[in-house]
Order: sequence, then structure tokens, then C-alpha cells
Amino acid sequence: MSLISIILIIFFYISALVFISGLSYKLIQYWKTPAPLKIPIAPSSLDTKGVFLRYLREIFLFASLFKANKWTWLFGWSFHLALVLLFFRHLVYFWPGDVPLILYKTEPLKYAAYPLVFGLLGLLGRRVFIDRVRYISAPSDYLMLLVFIFIASTGMIMTFANYHPNLLMVKNFASGLITFQWSELPGEIIFLLHIFPVFCLIAVFPISKLLHAPGIFFSPTYNQVDNARKKRHISDWTKKEDSL
Amino acid sequence: MSTDNQIQLPIYVDTPSIKKDSMAGDGPFKATVEIQNNLGFPGEKVENWQQVAIDKMAETKSKYKSVQVFLDSCMKCGACTDKCHYFLGTSDPKNMPVARQDLFRSVYRRHFTFAGKYFPKLVGAKDLDEEMLDDWYNYFHQCSQCRRCAVFCPSGIDTAEISMAAREVMNVIGVGQKYTNQILGKVKKIGNNLGMPEPALKDTLMDLEEEIKDDTGVDVKLPIDIKGSEVLMVSPSADFFAEPHIDGLIGYAKVFHESGVSWTLSSYASEAANFGMFIGNYEIMREGALRIRKAAIDLNVKRIIIGECGHAWRVAYSFWNTLSGIGSGAQDKYALQLQNQLDSNYPQPQHMIEFTYDLIKNNKLSFDKSKNNHRVVTFHDSCNVARGSNMGDIKDGQFILPREVIKAACNNFIDMPKNTIKSSTFCCGGGGGLLTDDLIDLRIKGAKPRMHALKKTEEESGVNTLAAICAICKSQFSKVLPNYDFDPYMVVSVHQLVSDAIVLKDTKDQKD
Repeated sequence: MSLISIILIIFFYISALVFISGLSYKLIQYWKTPAPLKIPIAPSSLDTKGVFLRYLREIFLFASLFKANKWTWLFGWSFHLALVLLFFRHLVYFWPGDVPLILYKTEPLKYAAYPLVFGLLGLLGRRVFIDRVRYISAPSDYLMLLVFIFIASTGMIMTFANYHPNLLMVKNFASGLITFQWSELPGEIIFLLHIFPVFCLIAVFPISKLLHAPGIFFSPTYNQVDNARKKRHISDWTKKEDSL
Repeated sequence: MSTDNQIQLPIYVDTPSIKKDSMAGDGPFKATVEIQNNLGFPGEKVENWQQVAIDKMAETKSKYKSVQVFLDSCMKCGACTDKCHYFLGTSDPKNMPVARQDLFRSVYRRHFTFAGKYFPKLVGAKDLDEEMLDDWYNYFHQCSQCRRCAVFCPSGIDTAEISMAAREVMNVIGVGQKYTNQILGKVKKIGNNLGMPEPALKDTLMDLEEEIKDDTGVDVKLPIDIKGSEVLMVSPSADFFAEPHIDGLIGYAKVFHESGVSWTLSSYASEAANFGMFIGNYEIMREGALRIRKAAIDLNVKRIIIGECGHAWRVAYSFWNTLSGIGSGAQDKYALQLQNQLDSNYPQPQHMIEFTYDLIKNNKLSFDKSKNNHRVVTFHDSCNVARGSNMGDIKDGQFILPREVIKAACNNFIDMPKNTIKSSTFCCGGGGGLLTDDLIDLRIKGAKPRMHALKKTEEESGVNTLAAICAICKSQFSKVLPNYDFDPYMVVSVHQLVSDAIVLKDTKDQKD
């Protein structure tokens, strides 16, 4: 196997390890940190069902963002939706052995690359041209968008500009990572350029703002039921105060 | 009406271009050694303040899920950047909610995260130095903790939580704000924010009884420290002191009178407000709540009702059951005693608006609405009521009930523009411990979005009365309305509208 394949395979496992251990650490930290007081934010829900529905609206429709800013919503929502669709589109490569028919039918999902790039360019444009958003942007905020745009561009070149790498090799390499039956990276440099930054993103997930994805589920403003008068909300350390 | 600080309102409030450092400065007056020590905080900035502050940050984020999660989960989308009334009024970019959080977050990143430790420039991580501390003090006292930004945040990040955490850290290193901490000292010593001693309070109530008698010919009582009353009424101490608050208190008294429910105020717990929330200090907030619990137990009341005070209602509604077991479901000794004592047929605590609303629904009150015909009324949703509480245990009850009470007492009611009311309401500009003269410039500028909405409604519908259910809002509006060419006396308590229109049974009897 070529040196570059070996390096990339090792890098993948390091990334995966950082991702899993780092994310587990953060999830456990979020889980264990007490929420001492009831702080749901309006429009809050009076029961658990309401909280559940609120999450559906926030996660699938970005409801709060829609209220806040239509352009940011349009760019952000199309970017995230496209990301999900393209994830399904990529499953075919990682599926070990015979691929279920349904995954072959994901082919048209490749066009989600367009709304993906549209969204990313929109978000980048906001950072560059709107003074308020420019003010709050750190270099890493631009870098993150540029990396996504780079990944999207290399993917689009392979898909739409007839730069197809050897798809069988792609599949063997990708599914080999899952099954530990490693195989050679396809020779095309563009494929390398496509997956290397993906591995980087996997690695930085637990130490970057990508944590907004799990974070939303732990947000007390969203996940608390507004029923403080009916049911006492108490955590370990506020309980200790009780006996003082 | 015109003053030196007259501000011309544009037809539309556009989101301003940022003007860096336009609100730079030293912030509000700092608390003296005595004020700080009184609350158990160091009197002056401690020697190793950086280390103490970092340790306190670590403690705070380990005790508050909100702080830990919010520090991590901001993706800098910018949704909140044009939602803060202080940004809209001042153009200072550090008044954009995300930028305000970033003052705290950049230090968190520097000291607690991998990326911030090794790549500070890349992720905008910064050391906690003198300059940063000055920014903390200045800009965390330009946040009224109104939580409007949180309504629009796709991650549910609540800047108020960060602002409270930052103030707590600053207090612990000996850098406190004079206004808030001095008031907390007064509550501790005397029992209310005004520092009004018991004899003065009792005098005031007697004067008010006479005033009502002169006005209506009816003996409406304002009882205090009466053991065995049905209801303990806890209202903001401003209600005992100044217009327009005091007319609200008269309104409560008339409603109680009509209801036939016995009630009492308490000289020991003569304050509903709880500034402990503003400085993010659980213990101090709890002390305030315990005073009221003690009064309730000592006076052996069946119900606790809160007067018109915004953050007091949030503390009572959302926090009391945690802080002191007032509510239901608590297991500890005092809470159980209290639960046996309090009447479980009613939510505990209740808001005065809920009490009045129930009476209206049950046709227990009669009104002569024409008494308010000279008014065209609009309602200012106070932030803490609107975004941090509920009324009536129905969805959006905190928006519905006050409006229903107003409509029961007034013929002419009109709402301000949709994006400035209910959960999107704009802060009055004086909440969160900022209602002090040393911040008057900020208060005037911060009121701009609310004033603009009011102006629009005035032009379109002839609104001449601004009703509110928060002592801070009422005081703030009285002060800043003239700066925007409004009559300062247009602000009223909701229960003043009730008071003016309510028909007292005894007077009806006299007529019959």
C-alpha cells in the first residue's frame, strides 16, 4: 500500500478517536452539569409534548433563526439540509459489501451540492459584507466556511465535471475504513483533497463551534418545561442549599 | 415637552452601522468597600484577581449548565446582532448580544479550551487582563438581562445567563456595582429596596386609606402584618412610594376589597423585587425568597400574591419553588410546612393580574369603563414577565391575562407593532440593575426601540396611555419619556386602570 494511503488511513482513525472521545467528554460534561433554575425562554412550553414539538421546529425548520433573519435562515437552512441529503448520498461508498438498492436511488441527491454551496457562499458573504457579522467573526469562522466550500467544490468537480475517481477504489477505501479491511486510496489527487479536510473537520468537531449541534439539545432555555409552580425543579447543589 | 436630551425619532428604526467604542467608558459607579462587605464580597479588587476570577468562572460553569453549554454552542451566525435595544440605541458593537457574550467567551476559550490555549488568535481567545475586565464591567452593565436575544437564537443562548455569571465573577473579585449592591444591602437590613422603615410604611398606608376614602367614600383598607389573613401581598416597594406605582397599589386594595378576600402586606417582607437575580448570586437571591417565606409562615396566610414587578414575578414564578419550596412538589421541612399551610386550590405564588383576572372571569368585579374613556391604552410587555414566566397556566397566558384585565377596565386598547410586543417585546431600557442616574445616557438610548414603537402607535391610533406591570419599567418610562417628546405621566400601572374604572359595591349601595 502506498505511503499516502497509510498516512490517510492512520489520520482517519486519529480523527475518529478524537471525535468520539472529545465528543463523549463534552456530552458527559453537558449531561452532568446541573441546571439549578428553571429558565425556559418564551414561547415556552407548558408540557413535555410542547418541548418536543419545539425541538422539531428548531431542528428541522430553524424556527428561531427564521424569526431572526430571513437571509441567514435561507443560507443556513439550505446549507444544513443539503448537508444531510449529501450524507445519505455518501452512504453508498461506506456501505460494506453489497449495497442495498435504496442507496443507489440516492443518486439525484448529488444535486444538493448546489444549495450547499449557495448556502455557504451566502453565509460567507454575510461575514464579509455585513459590518455586524464581520465584527463578530474570528478567523476560525471564515476558515470553517472556506473548508466546507473547498470540500463541496472538490466533490462537485468529481461529480459534475467528469473528474470521476475510480469509484470501486473509492468504495473499497471508504468501506474498508469501517470494516478495518484497508485498501488503496484512489490515485486521483482531487479525491485526496476532498476527504482530507473532511477528516480534519471530524477531528476539530469537539473543540470547535461545531458543538452547536449537540449543544442545542442541552440548552435549558429550550429543553425545560415551563411548570415551575407545579413541580419543584431541584438539582444536587441547590438541594444542598435547602438544608443550610 | 422638550428637554436638553431631546432625541428625534426616525420613521423607521433601521439597524445602525456599528460605531466602535461609542459606549466605551468606566461603566456605572462602583460599590464601596462597605456595600461590598455587607453582601460578603471583597471590598476592593483582590490582589490575585485574575486567578480568583478564572477559578470562579470554572466554578460557575460547573454549576450552571446554561453557562457551560452557551459558551460552547455559539456558531456566530449573527441572528442576535440586531436584536438588543442597547445596540439599536447606541450602535456600539459590543452591545450586540454575541459580542457581549464574547467578552466572557473569549476568556473562557483562552483558559478552558484546547483551541484557545494553543491557537488563541485563530478562535478569538483572549486573556483576562485589566482592559478586558474594564470591558466586562462596562458592557455587562449595559445589558438589562431582558433575554430578547435568546428568543431569536437558533441555539437558545441566553445572554442574561452570561451577563449574570460575569457580574457574579466580578463581585467575587471585589468589583461590584454600587446601585444594585447597595439596594441588596437595604433589603437585607430593612426589608425593602427603598430602605423604608416600618413606621414610614405604616404611615404611607394610612395616608392612602384616607385618600381612597376621600375619593370614593368607601373604607378600603391597606392592612399590614395582620396574622391569619387569607392572602399575603408582596409588591415592589416602589408601590409604597411614588407615582405611578402607588396608584397600582390602590388598585390592588380596591380589588381585594371587592373580592372580600382578607389580605395583608408584611413589614418584614416589604419587597417583591429580588436584585439577587441581576448579579447572578443564588445565595443572595435565596435570602430574599426566604424573607418572604418567613413572612408567609409567621402571618399564617393561605396564599401569596405578587404585585406588579417584572423580575420579581420571574423569580417568584420560576425560581421560588427551587429557592424556598413555595409551589408544590418540594420535600424539605419548611416547604412541607408551607404546603400544609398554603391553599393548594390556587397556584402558589400567584400574580395580582391572575387574581384580578379570575375575579373578572367570575363576574365578581364591576367596571364603569367610561371612566377610562379619555385614554387610548397600549400595553408594554415587561421582559421578565413576557420571556421568563407565565400567568394563568395557559399557553401565552402572560400576554393574554394583562390585556384581558386592561380590556375589562378600558374601552380603547391597541397593541404596539407585533415585533415589539409579547415574546419580542423591547426592554424599557432600565432593567437588570441599570435603573440608576449614573447610567442615564444608556437608559435614554436603550429606550429608543420601545419609544419608536410607541410613537408609531401614537401617530396611527392616538395612544396616550402606556400601561405596564413592572416597577422598573414604570420608573424608567417616567424618566425617559420626555426625551422622546412624550408626556411622562402617560405611564400607568395596569391596576391603576382597574382602580379608576372599578365600581365599589359600597358606593353602588349608596346610590341604590
